[in-house]
Amino acid sequence: MKSLFNYIKEVVYAFVSLAKGLLLTLRYFVTIRKVNITEEYPNNRTTTISVKERFYGEVVLPHDENNEHKCTACTLCQIACPNNSIQIISKQIETEDGKKKRVLDKWVYHLDSCTFCYQCIDACPQDAIEMKNSFELSVYDRTKLIYQLNRPGSKLKEKPTVKEQQS
Amino acid sequence: MENQPTTPSPTELRTEEFVVNIGPQHPATHGVLRIEATLDGETVKDILPHLGYIHRGIEKMTESMPYKQSIYLTSRMDYLSAHINNHACSLAIENALGIEVSARAKAIRIIMDELQRLTSHELWWGSCAMDIGAVTPFFLGFRDRERILEIFEANTGNRLTMNYIIPGGVMRDVLPSFVTDVKELLKKIKGYRHEYDQLITGNFIFQHRTQGVGYLSKEQAISLACSGPVARASGVSCDVRKHYPYDGYEKLDFNEVIDYGCDNWARYLVHMEEMNQSIHIIEQLLDNFPTGEYRTKIKGIIKLPEGEYYQRVETARGELGVYIVADGSNKPYRMKFRTPSFSNLGAVKPTTVGLKIADLMANMSTIDLVVPDIDR
Amino acid sequence: MISMIEFTDITAWIHSLLLSVMTPTWTYIVELALSGVTALVVLLVCVIIMVYMERKVAGFMQLRWGPNRVGPYGIFQVIADVIKLLLKESFSPNRADKVMFNIAPALALCVSLMALAPISWAPGLTMWDTNIGILFITAISSMGVIGILMAGWSSNNKYSLIGAMRSGAQIVSYELSAGLSIVTAVALAGTLSTNGIIQSQADGWWILKGQIPAIIAFLIYVIASTAECNRAPFDLAEAESELTAGYHTEYAGMQFGIFYLNEYINMAIVSIIASTLFLGGWMPFHLPFDYPVVHVFNHIMDFIPTWMWFFGKMFLIIFFMMWFRWTFPRLRIDQLLKLEWKYLLPISIVNLLFAAVIIVLHWHL
Repeated sequence: MKSLFNYIKEVVYAFVSLAKGLLLTLRYFVTIRKVNITEEYPNNRTTTISVKERFYGEVVLPHDENNEHKCTACTLCQIACPNNSIQIISKQIETEDGKKKRVLDKWVYHLDSCTFCYQCIDACPQDAIEMKNSFELSVYDRTKLIYQLNRPGSKLKEKPTVKEQQS
Repeated sequence: MENQPTTPSPTELRTEEFVVNIGPQHPATHGVLRIEATLDGETVKDILPHLGYIHRGIEKMTESMPYKQSIYLTSRMDYLSAHINNHACSLAIENALGIEVSARAKAIRIIMDELQRLTSHELWWGSCAMDIGAVTPFFLGFRDRERILEIFEANTGNRLTMNYIIPGGVMRDVLPSFVTDVKELLKKIKGYRHEYDQLITGNFIFQHRTQGVGYLSKEQAISLACSGPVARASGVSCDVRKHYPYDGYEKLDFNEVIDYGCDNWARYLVHMEEMNQSIHIIEQLLDNFPTGEYRTKIKGIIKLPEGEYYQRVETARGELGVYIVADGSNKPYRMKFRTPSFSNLGAVKPTTVGLKIADLMANMSTIDLVVPDIDR
Repeated sequence: MISMIEFTDITAWIHSLLLSVMTPTWTYIVELALSGVTALVVLLVCVIIMVYMERKVAGFMQLRWGPNRVGPYGIFQVIADVIKLLLKESFSPNRADKVMFNIAPALALCVSLMALAPISWAPGLTMWDTNIGILFITAISSMGVIGILMAGWSSNNKYSLIGAMRSGAQIVSYELSAGLSIVTAVALAGTLSTNGIIQSQADGWWILKGQIPAIIAFLIYVIASTAECNRAPFDLAEAESELTAGYHTEYAGMQFGIFYLNEYINMAIVSIIASTLFLGGWMPFHLPFDYPVVHVFNHIMDFIPTWMWFFGKMFLIIFFMMWFRWTFPRLRIDQLLKLEWKYLLPISIVNLLFAAVIIVLHWHL
């Protein structure tokens, strides 16, 4: 008799425990408008999409309005990069007062092998490069993922002299 | 069935064992792991895991990389506890250099570690339920994991492989809104906890699929060098956070979750309770979140003094050990990782032999294998 | 009652039209073909709705929208899928038993379509109005396993073989409790003809009139038929986390599509049978009480057309099956058989006895 009672108890317990789960999924089914967690991506790219400010999308070399960047071609970022995504090509130029000076020729960025580890930006003593939170970076051809970050004709931003800083 | 094949008499039904390769491409292995299972009908007779399908040579790669760069490789081992792997490597280097990180850095590190443990366990919860046949929990697990990943994205810039914890502290300071964000997040996650119980923990079918299945005794767990929730579910006290505390775990109040059930159900309960403990740990740190430096300045090129260094931490899967042999240069002479999944993989055979093939999937999912962590 | 076109009028009109142009023998043959094609088309439309519904139900229960890219609300998703399946190559493995491999999907489909014959679609609209309709369906539905076994055996794949064997064990066992719960309804109705069973529910459905035994029999039938259709939580034959895709692992293109179609046709058929037996098929909702209010209520219910009742009940039961699928974990094979032999079968035997007592004592309404 006791075993029969346990048998019935087990069946009832099974039904109750299963019904609890069913109720949860039914609640989701009915209130899908509230509980929905998906983002309809291509539709919301101009409206509700949220990309965090710090999101590591790609490395950029910011230029100011005079087409000047801060990179001195010191290659510290190139050394810091674990997978050789950065290639700094520099050239020797002669300044007006006759001194030889090494300046940036090409800042080549291989996005295809970049792992967004932030070590290049961490290593940069001039704060010349930074991460941008862009994320739609896919292209059809791998060769198109190799960027030259410095714009044509851009040059190094002159450091303000002590006098200028004071003023 | 006899081990030696005998010639069957005409009246006798001849049966045969056969080998099924589960993986390397199989939905239950969650990666490229091949398990050669010898089956007698539905019953598993023997198991032979084959590794090496995702061997990337991380240990060898570290030998040709400066210390700072090799840290970023560690997040590729156990990609579900990337922060904790980075933490282990950073701690080993800091110990070698004799650097003490600031209180704020310690707090950030532990909060990130425990959030990472939460993400890992939430993913585990969903995939465990999916291996047992329920698909909906997978989405619930991802829903809650997503909220934490948003915190990671906002503060560390990446979602999966962060490279955030570095020698000397953390890469960048957390956002000013970090404390309130995490508090809000924990409130949300706590509100969802009862849904987990409603859908899976209390489910009759799930209980019967896991209770009494996949027995791993305490002796077996110790002799197989299991760690993490697998060993703790067999009654082995092995939480590194308790036994070898690092970065201020000794000051925090939390319980080491131990269950003596030894089966899949015990492993499930340990995972679930560990999530509660993680929430508890984070709450303690948030209440008096230290101010100050987030990063101790160290030299650009790290050179470890000659010697051997070992550091262990508790990842979401168990004990991760980092062993560094330094020769005084800026690159390690040898770096060895003792990864939890590799040791825990050994537990698949003793738990599964004699059970049904469906139990193999249940065991593998509660043992919580991450295949890149096995191979490295 | 408002006058409306009955399905019987349409069939009678077609019959007289055909008789006017050809001999009675040819009329008969053409009518057979017409009725078969009509049933198939209706069923295919149902399947398209069901596939869309399954994906939407799954999506909604999993906190997402389901298909919503192809057409408004994703309604053309199923059509896109079918086109994709049709364009894919039907591939058979190297050492497979080619003949059996190619026959298996067709056989499985034929068997499940055969069960359509005695179904009563609307008043007077039955392809084969026989007095053993339910018996025929019961006999046919257990043959569905042959196609699955053939597919599993001929694929030369161990996953397929295990899946097929599981399916065999499962369908043979669950046939019993499904049969016993059908017997309960048949005993209450007192006939094996589908039309007769529906007519016997003119004053109320059996699930209301038949007291507790009918409710238990209905629940057991839904559980057992879910298992017979190899649907989750009983989808061991294709248990995706263990056997990748079970018996149809090696099938591609439209051959896989036919197995997929077959699953949904089976679902449609078992839910039609469940609604015929317990929910009155096309019969509107009537209450078995003799009060003026109830008469008015019954009369109002008559205004809803029969096809709405038929498909409404069918999709309600299908919704239940989908609901189960997206909520529960899968059972293990031994638990599956334990559930049948230790729980469902004893309960349905006791339930049948209980029903017999109720019928003999005329306790049912």
